[in-house]
Amino acid sequence: MTRYFTKDHEWIAVEGDEATVGITDYAQGQLGDITFVEVPGVGAEVGKGDAASVVDSVKAASDVYAPVSGTVTVVNDALEDQPELVNTDPEGEGWLWKMTLSDTAELDSLMDEASYQSFISGL
Amino acid sequence: MNELNPSGWRPAMGASAPPDTIETFTGNRALQLEEALLFELGSPDRSGVDFDDIPDFDTALLGPNARKARLDLPGLSEPETVRHYTRLSRQNYAIDLGLFPLGSCTMKHNPRLDEKVARFPGFADVHPLQPVQTVQGALSAINELAVWLIELTGMHGVAMTPKAGAHGELCGLLCIRAALEAKGDPRAVILVPESAHGTNPATAAFAGYRVENIPATTDGRVDVDALKARLGPDVAGVMITNPNTCGLFESELKNIADAVHAIGGYVYCDGANFNAIVGRVRPGDLGVDAMHINLHKTFSTPHGGGGPGSGPVVLSEALSPFGPLPFTSRQADGSMKLIEEEQAHEEHPQAFGRMCAFHGQMGMFTRALTYILSHGADGLRQVSGDAVLNANYILRSLEDVLDAPFGAAGPCMHEALFSDDGFAEGFTTLDLAKGLIDEGYHPMTVYFPLVVHGAMLIEPTETESKAGLDQFIGAMRSLAERARAGDELLKSAPHLAPRRRLDETLAARKPKLVYKPA
Repeated sequence: MTRYFTKDHEWIAVEGDEATVGITDYAQGQLGDITFVEVPGVGAEVGKGDAASVVDSVKAASDVYAPVSGTVTVVNDALEDQPELVNTDPEGEGWLWKMTLSDTAELDSLMDEASYQSFISGL
Repeated sequence: MNELNPSGWRPAMGASAPPDTIETFTGNRALQLEEALLFELGSPDRSGVDFDDIPDFDTALLGPNARKARLDLPGLSEPETVRHYTRLSRQNYAIDLGLFPLGSCTMKHNPRLDEKVARFPGFADVHPLQPVQTVQGALSAINELAVWLIELTGMHGVAMTPKAGAHGELCGLLCIRAALEAKGDPRAVILVPESAHGTNPATAAFAGYRVENIPATTDGRVDVDALKARLGPDVAGVMITNPNTCGLFESELKNIADAVHAIGGYVYCDGANFNAIVGRVRPGDLGVDAMHINLHKTFSTPHGGGGPGSGPVVLSEALSPFGPLPFTSRQADGSMKLIEEEQAHEEHPQAFGRMCAFHGQMGMFTRALTYILSHGADGLRQVSGDAVLNANYILRSLEDVLDAPFGAAGPCMHEALFSDDGFAEGFTTLDLAKGLIDEGYHPMTVYFPLVVHGAMLIEPTETESKAGLDQFIGAMRSLAERARAGDELLKSAPHLAPRRRLDETLAARKPKLVYKPA
C-alpha cells in the first residue's frame, strides 16, 4: 500500500486500483475540533480536484477534494456519530471514503510522505 | 473626633468578604439574574389569557392528526413572560450598549430619526396588496431610494426587492444568467477569488454555476494574473468583493472588469462593504455589472441575530433589462406606477422573474432613505472617510502587539485584520476573543477570512468616538500582551460573564434542540 498526499492536505492510500481517502494530521490540527463530516454518496463519480466531501469544524467548513478521479465505493459511516475520529486518528479510523481509481497515472502528480512533510514545514 | 454630626446617619460597615465567596439563596448576583427556561418557569394551570371553555369537539374529525398526548407548552402570566425576556435581554450585548467590533458585519449605530420615520403610519401600516393609488407616498419613497442608489453607484438600474446580501447576490447572478441565455451563450463557470465573501461561492453554486477559486496574492488581493489566465469562453463572470474581506481595496478591479468583458463575461461585485467607499468611488465607473448594497450595513438599518436585511441590486445598462419584477416607475404626471407581470410584457419584457412575493423590505427602505437624506451627499462621504480612519487608527495602534499580515501593504479600508502570529505556544485567537468578553465587549470576528491564520477582523465603523476607540484599543493591547506572555488565566476566560467558557465542540456535535423535562 502506498500513501500519497495533496497540497490541499488530503491523503490517499492506494492498493492496486482501490484507494482510501482522508485528511492529514496537519489539516485536522489546523481545523480544530471537527463537528460534522459530510461524506460523498456511494457510487458518486468524482474528478481529480472536485469537492467531494465537507468537513465542519468549530472554526470553518472546508471542502475535501478528491485527490484523483474515480468512483466512491464505501464511505465511513462511523463519522456520522463520531466526527471526532478525524481529530483523534485522521490517517487511520478517521478516513472519509474509499474509491476505485479511473486513472492511476494521476497519482504521479501527488506528493509522497517525505515531500508532504517538507511542504507543510514550509507553511 | 468624628463627632461633628453625632445625630446624623453614618454607614456602619459590618463584616466583609470577597464577592466571589458570597453565595446567594436565589443564585442571582444582585442585578445579574439567573433565569430559568420558559418551560421550567411555566405551569399548565397558568395563562396570560382567558380562554372560553372548549366546546365538545369530535376529535375523530381530525383523523390521524388528533393529538394523543398533552402539548407541553409553558403556561405563564403576562408579567412572568415580560420579565423573562427582559431578564434575558439584560445579558445581551447590543450596539446600543457599546462598540460592536464584529468585522464584516458593520454593526453601527442606528439613528433614532430613521426609526421615527419608519414608524410613520403611511409607511408602517400599509399593505402590499393595497390599491396603488392609496400608497403613492410609500412607492414614491421606494423610487427615491432607488434613484439615490443608482446615483451613488454610477449604475443604470436597480432591483429593490432582494431581502438581504446573499439574496441580492442570487438576483445579480440570475440577471447574468438571463443576459447570457438571451444571447444564446449560456456559460458554466463563475470565478470567485479567495478574498471574496464566503457567501459568493454558495450563491454561484445555487444559481447553477460551477465555482472555481482564484488565489489571493501575498498582499491580500485578487491574483490578477491567475484570474486573467483562467478567463475563457466558458466563464460567465467573476464575483469580487470590494473592498474585500481582508479589508483592502481591490485596486485592479477596473483592469479585471475590462478583461472579463473582453471575453463576454460579467462582473458581479459584492457590495457588502460599500460603507467604506460610499461617496468616493462609483462601482459603475469600475466596470461592475451588478452589485448588491446591504442597506442594513451601509445605510444603517438595524440587523443582527438573523435580520432583517435588505439587499437591493444595482445593475449596469447591459443587465438592467433582465432585473426582476416588480419595480416602481414615475409617470409623466408625477404619480407612481408599479410594474408587475401584467405590465411587464410591454415595459420590461426580459425580466428573469421575481425574487419575492411583494416589494421588498419597506421598513428598511424608509430607514435607509432617511439615513441618506439626513446625512446628505457630503455626510455620506464623511461616513466612509470616518469608517476608514477609525479602522486605520485601530490597525496602527495595535500592530506593535498584534501581527497585521497586510499592515505593510498600506492603509486598510473599513476593517483591520490581525493574525495570532506571536502568541505564546498553545494560545489562540479564541482565547483573546473570550478575554474580550471579560472586558465588556462583544468579540471581533474570528477565524475569518480563511486566508489568514487565526484571523481577527475588527470593524469599528464610523460611529465610534476617539475616546471609545482608545478604550477598546487599551483592552485589546492588554489581551494581546497576555496572549503573548502566555497568561494561563486567559486560556480559561471569560471569568466574569454569567457563564464561563462553554464547550462549543460538544454543542456543535451533539446539539440539544428540543426541551425535555428532567
